[in-house]
Amino acid sequence: MLEIKNVYKTFNAGTINEKRALNGLNLKLNEEDFVTVIGGNGAGKSTMLNMIAGVYPVDSGSIFVDGVDVTRLSEHKRAKYLGRVFQDPMMGTAADMWIEENLALASRRGQSRTLRWALNNQERKEFKVQLAELGLGLEDRLSTKVGLLSGGQRQALTLLMATLKRPKLLLLDEHTAALDPKTAETVLGLSDKFIEEEHLTAMMVTHNMRDAIAHGNRLIMMNDGKVILDISGEEKKKLTVEDLLQAFNKISGSEFANDRVLLSK
Amino acid sequence: MITFLSSMPGAVAQGIIWGIMAMGVYLTYKILDVADLTVDGTFGTGGAVLVVCVTSGMNIALAMVCAFLAGCLAGFVTGILHTQFGIPAILAGILTQLALYSVNLRVMGGSANMPLTVTKYTLLVSLRDIKMTILIGAIFVFIIIGILYWFFGTELGHSLRATGCNESMARANGINTNMNKVIGIVISNGIVGLSGALLAQYQGFSDVNMGRGAIVIGLAAVIIGQVAFGKIFKNFAMRLLSAVLGGVIYYIVITLVLRMGLNANDLKMFSALVVAVFLALPYWKRKRDEKKIKPVKEEA
Repeated sequence: MLEIKNVYKTFNAGTINEKRALNGLNLKLNEEDFVTVIGGNGAGKSTMLNMIAGVYPVDSGSIFVDGVDVTRLSEHKRAKYLGRVFQDPMMGTAADMWIEENLALASRRGQSRTLRWALNNQERKEFKVQLAELGLGLEDRLSTKVGLLSGGQRQALTLLMATLKRPKLLLLDEHTAALDPKTAETVLGLSDKFIEEEHLTAMMVTHNMRDAIAHGNRLIMMNDGKVILDISGEEKKKLTVEDLLQAFNKISGSEFANDRVLLSK
Repeated sequence: MITFLSSMPGAVAQGIIWGIMAMGVYLTYKILDVADLTVDGTFGTGGAVLVVCVTSGMNIALAMVCAFLAGCLAGFVTGILHTQFGIPAILAGILTQLALYSVNLRVMGGSANMPLTVTKYTLLVSLRDIKMTILIGAIFVFIIIGILYWFFGTELGHSLRATGCNESMARANGINTNMNKVIGIVISNGIVGLSGALLAQYQGFSDVNMGRGAIVIGLAAVIIGQVAFGKIFKNFAMRLLSAVLGGVIYYIVITLVLRMGLNANDLKMFSALVVAVFLALPYWKRKRDEKKIKPVKEEA
């Protein structure tokens, strides 16, 4: 479903701030894989997701989504294949627009925007049903500005928007990191639910090792812009946080020096 | 007082014409979240194109269409400078505006102004018939609001609003934000060109300087409209109308201060001050509210 071949990306090349973010990255995702991605700060997790989404171009290498070479496609053209939820709850929705307007925009992802009416009553009815599934009472607030919602509500809405039109690949970039633990739990639960019910292929970056172990069928660990560990199936089910830390130390030859990761075990 | 009242219809007529321009400014400033300074040039372009077209024998309706298209073209240039040349929107607008000064002179055959006599040509509006001007102006306002209301209710219109509101979200949902910015700036400048064409007819000439400071007047109208009617007008159509009414209020105030003895040469300074104060008000209000936060009292 997704294939990343030998992708390199260096930021600020040739300056004192030069940062090699992706260093010959290779990764292949199968249909209906739900991969959790962990790694220290600067390991290249978010860069990988941004490269897939086309936020900035790769230096070299290629990216295929569902067999299509998207390496040179602009961000808005790739959106056809991708559903995305960001770390910042403000980023995935248009604050000044209503809930139903945001949903209508998302339901036309990948289609050209015509001079037809932006949404109709049939869609409103469908949106109500879909919002009700979130269990947050948003179904009665179709004409509420999204800016008035809480971070958790906005993130849940973004998740719904990302999957409203079935994406070939769902990209979750630390989408619960900015939420309080209880809300994070709710949004994670919804993510699981959507991915399972719709049989989606998904990638979820997280700083929380427990979440990375508890969710998905496959786990990859990144370091220095490469995948250094790739565990799936039965092996992943038996995984513990200690196993991950040990594996990291062994492979990278250094301590997993990241407070956020250690604290969240 | 009597002279003030007798000058009221003129102020309203002018206010409506500038209010039409304010709707163009509303599109860029409020919806696309871009301050587009092209309009200072576009307003004059609209006037120049109309006068040249009419004096060369063109039908007035067709001449209006030409003025609109000329405005669109100016907006297109700014849009391309911004999205394809990577120039910040404000600077892109300033560049086009500067270039338009030369363009406007060229259009008018090298002269800085060009007369348009109402007695010689059939015009839509004129100083000689202020009632008619107000009526025609109002018709234009309602037609433009109607079209914009429809447009921003379509898929494309929605995607334009999303572009102005949150570009990351727009792109993640497959919206071509660059194209949308160009479309928005084009429509905005088309409307500004139309209002310039109306003003040239109203005052009976076009002038290469007639658009100078237009952006400030447009912003003044938008902001005054928002302050005066923001609480009651929530609907998009009514918000556009409030920009027009803002323009009318602005011209009534201008007429008033001129009657009270303000030197006409100081008018631009006065306009700049009004806009500066109205832009500052929300900021000051927030600052004041921040100061009100009281420290927690110690429990005994």
